[in-house]
Amino acid sequence: MALYNNNFKSRWALFVRNGLIITFLVLFALATIFPIYFMIISSFGDPVEAGAMSYSIIPNKISFESYKFFFDFSPYSWNWLLNSLIVAIVITITNVLFATLAGYAFAKMKFKGKNILFAILLGSMMIPGQVTQVPLYILVVNVFGLQNTYEALIMPSIVTVYNIFLVKQFMSSIPGEILEAAKIEGCSQPKIFWHIIAPLSKTVMAVLAILTFMAAWNDFFWPFLVTNTMDMQTIQVGLKNFRFANTTYFAPMMAGATISAVPMFVLFFSLQKYFLEGVTVGAVKG
Amino acid sequence: MNQTLTKKRRLKLESDSGWGYAFIAVALIAFCLFTAYPVINAFIISLQEYRPLGSTYVGLENFQNSFTDSLFWKAVKNTVVYTLLTVPINILISFLIAILIIPFKKRTQTVFKAIYYLPAVASGVAMAVVWLWIFDPLKSGIANQIVMFFGLDNQNWLGSSVTAMFSLVLMSWLSSHGTAIIIYLAALLGIDNSYYEAAEIDGATFLQKLWFIVIPFLKPTTLFLLVTGMIGSFQVFQNAYLMTGGGPDHATTMVGLLIFNNAFTYFEFGEAAAQSLVLAAIIAFISFIQFKFLGKDIEY
Repeated sequence: MALYNNNFKSRWALFVRNGLIITFLVLFALATIFPIYFMIISSFGDPVEAGAMSYSIIPNKISFESYKFFFDFSPYSWNWLLNSLIVAIVITITNVLFATLAGYAFAKMKFKGKNILFAILLGSMMIPGQVTQVPLYILVVNVFGLQNTYEALIMPSIVTVYNIFLVKQFMSSIPGEILEAAKIEGCSQPKIFWHIIAPLSKTVMAVLAILTFMAAWNDFFWPFLVTNTMDMQTIQVGLKNFRFANTTYFAPMMAGATISAVPMFVLFFSLQKYFLEGVTVGAVKG
Repeated sequence: MNQTLTKKRRLKLESDSGWGYAFIAVALIAFCLFTAYPVINAFIISLQEYRPLGSTYVGLENFQNSFTDSLFWKAVKNTVVYTLLTVPINILISFLIAILIIPFKKRTQTVFKAIYYLPAVASGVAMAVVWLWIFDPLKSGIANQIVMFFGLDNQNWLGSSVTAMFSLVLMSWLSSHGTAIIIYLAALLGIDNSYYEAAEIDGATFLQKLWFIVIPFLKPTTLFLLVTGMIGSFQVFQNAYLMTGGGPDHATTMVGLLIFNNAFTYFEFGEAAAQSLVLAAIIAFISFIQFKFLGKDIEY
């Protein structure tokens, strides 16, 4: 904390300085969360067309009519939430399992071609999504014929390179002596993984699970490409459909946005520690 | 003695080997199928006129079409403008906020971190929908109420080619700094106190400490944020697609959106693939330049 000079002559000066900083931080924080506040407050308005109303920043009444309006828009509105949930949960489980296995193998096991394989994986992270988007679409939809299926929604994200990288970074800090000792005792690799590595990696698995779940829940582009009927769409795609179909219904649109965003807010506030940790795991090393 | 040891060691290596491949099997298959194969295929498709029943080879025609298409260059220009307006300024904002948060207790820091990170948690579609209404062109729109408070005329934010790009930039300034703030804070906490103490003995002021200690120490972090921010910004697609559709008059058509439209609106897969490869080349080139000139004295 010694970046700042805290040896003020009077306590008053320190108080004023900190007060000024806090005021600035709070103002910027208000600007940052304003859209979210505005979204939630407005979602409790009546489902009338926008021309007939004016926006207010202070709620004057609380009604759930707009939520009803949103869910009545399509008979499949509840399916959107269910689909998002199924897809996000499956993707999270497969990522935690396979990324942890692969991350462990790349960090701690010895096998031929390991370094080259990992370098190839790492290099592939530099390739922009636009390059794979068209061929991937052709592969999944035209070759595999999987349009409008859970398989199509899930398969391309079954385990991401970023997650493998995340686990490998973490595993590098586990001392190799433990594993050597276990090996000499005759412990097989699956046993080492299950009894030593998995318990030691709970934190990174939690971080990975949360970030993966969030990315899958918030994903719009891929589900939008591979689904073409409302019953198979996810909540993000459903919200986009609703917006283009009801361009003037302000409050119901905010209700839809709230529905798509609130599950992540709940998750964020209950597991904040892992979220905030997750941001730095891949980024800062040393 | 020596021989048995090497035998043992080889045995150990071999047993590791089998399980090693088993552990990475799923990841490797997924990678080959959903990343490696599509990348190779992108090169093939870019040389073809795509038809569902048998494509025809057209050589470099798709690339030639792109390079002579004024819309492609406009999209490149828009993307560069958007990147230059968002990435450096977002990094500067994040740096400033991180510096201002650091003198406070850990609990206060966490509260601010959580608030600034919140927009990153919300779904992009939801935020796009909300900002669409904030930029409502009517007088009652929130953004218009704010500019009119300062005595300016009300604006047709997303609907005018003058302000559409700026509106997207403004949205980025106010919602995408949470991650960078957290990364900067972690790096700031990693600076050893003894540097500040030594500087204080020499009578350094706050600004001197900032300039001679903090900024050099955070250089790798800044470079990381610059490169990742630039890569992300060059692929930006979603907000432009959901909020302006690239309009008005292609004022907000970015390369990412152009590729999407070519592929999935006009089904010109060949041209889309060619443009995506050009985009990848541009990104690789700029990353290389950044590492070369900014990363000189950074050790990894």
